Amino acid sequence: MSEQRITATPAARQAIARLRAERGSGVMFVQSGGCCAGSTPMCYAEGEFVIGDIDVLLGSIDSSPFYIDRRLDEAWHQEQFVLDVADGEPEDFSLAAGDNLHFVTRQPPCAVPAD
Amino acid sequence: MKYSAPGTPASIVEVAPRYENFIGGKWLAPTQGKYRVDLSPATAKPITEVADSTPEDVELALDAAHAAKDGWGEASATQRAEVLNAIADVIEKNKESLAVAESWENGKPVRETLAADIPLMVDHFRYFAAAARAEEGRSTEIEKDLIAYHFREPLGVVGQIIPFNFPLLMAAWKLAPALAAGNCSVLKPASPTPWSVLKLMETIEDVLPPGVINVVTGPGAEIGKALAANTRIAKVSFTGETVTGRLIMQYAAQNLIPSTVELGGKSPNIFFSDVMAHDDEFFDKAIEGLVLFAFNKGEVCTAPSRALIQADIYEEFMARCLARIAAIRQGNPLDTDTQMGPQVSKQQIEKISSYVDIGRNEGAEVLIGGSRAKMEGEFADGYYFQPTVLKGENKMRVFQEEIFGPVLAVTTFADDEEALAIANDTLYGLGAGVWTRDGTRAYKMGRKIKAGRVWTNCYHQYPAGAAFGGYKISGIGRENHRMMLDHYSQTKNLLVSYSTKPLGLF
Repeated sequence: MSEQRITATPAARQAIARLRAERGSGVMFVQSGGCCAGSTPMCYAEGEFVIGDIDVLLGSIDSSPFYIDRRLDEAWHQEQFVLDVADGEPEDFSLAAGDNLHFVTRQPPCAVPAD
Repeated sequence: MKYSAPGTPASIVEVAPRYENFIGGKWLAPTQGKYRVDLSPATAKPITEVADSTPEDVELALDAAHAAKDGWGEASATQRAEVLNAIADVIEKNKESLAVAESWENGKPVRETLAADIPLMVDHFRYFAAAARAEEGRSTEIEKDLIAYHFREPLGVVGQIIPFNFPLLMAAWKLAPALAAGNCSVLKPASPTPWSVLKLMETIEDVLPPGVINVVTGPGAEIGKALAANTRIAKVSFTGETVTGRLIMQYAAQNLIPSTVELGGKSPNIFFSDVMAHDDEFFDKAIEGLVLFAFNKGEVCTAPSRALIQADIYEEFMARCLARIAAIRQGNPLDTDTQMGPQVSKQQIEKISSYVDIGRNEGAEVLIGGSRAKMEGEFADGYYFQPTVLKGENKMRVFQEEIFGPVLAVTTFADDEEALAIANDTLYGLGAGVWTRDGTRAYKMGRKIKAGRVWTNCYHQYPAGAAFGGYKISGIGRENHRMMLDHYSQTKNLLVSYSTKPLGLF
């Protein structure tokens, strides 16, 4: 097992706990690569997205695995990721992180906005 | 001139308090009766409400599409072309109101929607009307008395999912070839921009047979999968982001249906020294070619978001470009003088800001812009970002990741070989630009760049008839060309024997 490269803010962990309770099942995350989805992580029902050999597991947050495409990971050369939530609806097929909230990934710690 | 905001008394665009789904030629309330607010990014204030649909609504749309598919599939090419031409005519007649609706909901300046988005839609429907009429099946005399006839047959009902950056034009890109080939569609607009597509349906509903186009609005997590993974679609077509593209292809694989995915990009725009050989009209065009990173506020999959400039002209060329960028007029998207409107959503503008920070932390130099643009009055809360240029190196994240905003990453190169190496050092391969007065160099570069579209001495032109699509992780399939009729058809072969002789095997 490789080192854990993803951590989560309390707000993200609460959102995951709420999603799991509402849905009665787990969730998974896949980092998107930009475009209209704005480099946000996609949150899916656990097992919804078929993971391939091309994907890297960055770690798990409360049993929710977080993956990134190895090619993106290499291009981004970002060591640590922080899962957080922000205002606004999610893009594409991602589950929301709550009412009018979506998941985001940030760089630790300087990129976390003061508010 | 300034157009009035939709819904205000002086506006040419009427706004209803709420919009339902367009299914089977009728406006149907969402099954669960839920609606969501639709905002204008210029003011961050509501325009209207649209259906917040659920999977039941997707099923209703599929019911309507299936009810219509035999009639539409059996209509002659002449009849289908008549409908496509009628759609084009009515869009053209309502060009201004559709342009204003599109600008107000998406934030793109109305000078762009008037000059590009809406005329391109019209052209697109006419192109596919013509392509459908001009199609011919092929027959082959395999042997003297054995003939292979090939017919194109519609797939049936297709699912189409479009992004927020060109809501109307992407609808046209998807719908025109699907309909031309005899299919019926269930279309899902992007969550931030459903309304202009519904205004389009209002505009064309009288010339459209019921059930041929059905539009369901709502969140992707609820209805995106309900459509894309549905066993009642015969093809899925998607424009958007790469992870979702993979998910779409996964659903298509599970149902054994074809898919077309147009995904992200990080397109290089290459300027060779000789663009500055004369200070003439062509040089002026090249400057505009660089500044086109700000077209549609950078929310374009093919945005020329990496400028590669030959080192010996860098200082002088960039100075001229920065002067042009500094002169970009931001403001009310409904003012025909405005050149850049707001980003589509709060999420987008926050992401763009964070990328500029990432660039700064990596050592990129901010040549211009770099923060939110302050606007006055009713636009003070709009999602405006300054056109921004970052100077750095191609390994930096801001050169590798798709920012989807008005942020240009600039670097230099020494010679053709280095230009090519930098251009191709990306995961993506959607677009590219090459600017030079040397035709041989332009041709050679264009052929060696791994991208589906290489604009040569131009950029951001999207005429029907020029195939568009990605290499590498920018997607699979092409749009905007008659070859799309293949992507939206089955091939039926009748192998007919005119001989009376048995094979003699049994």
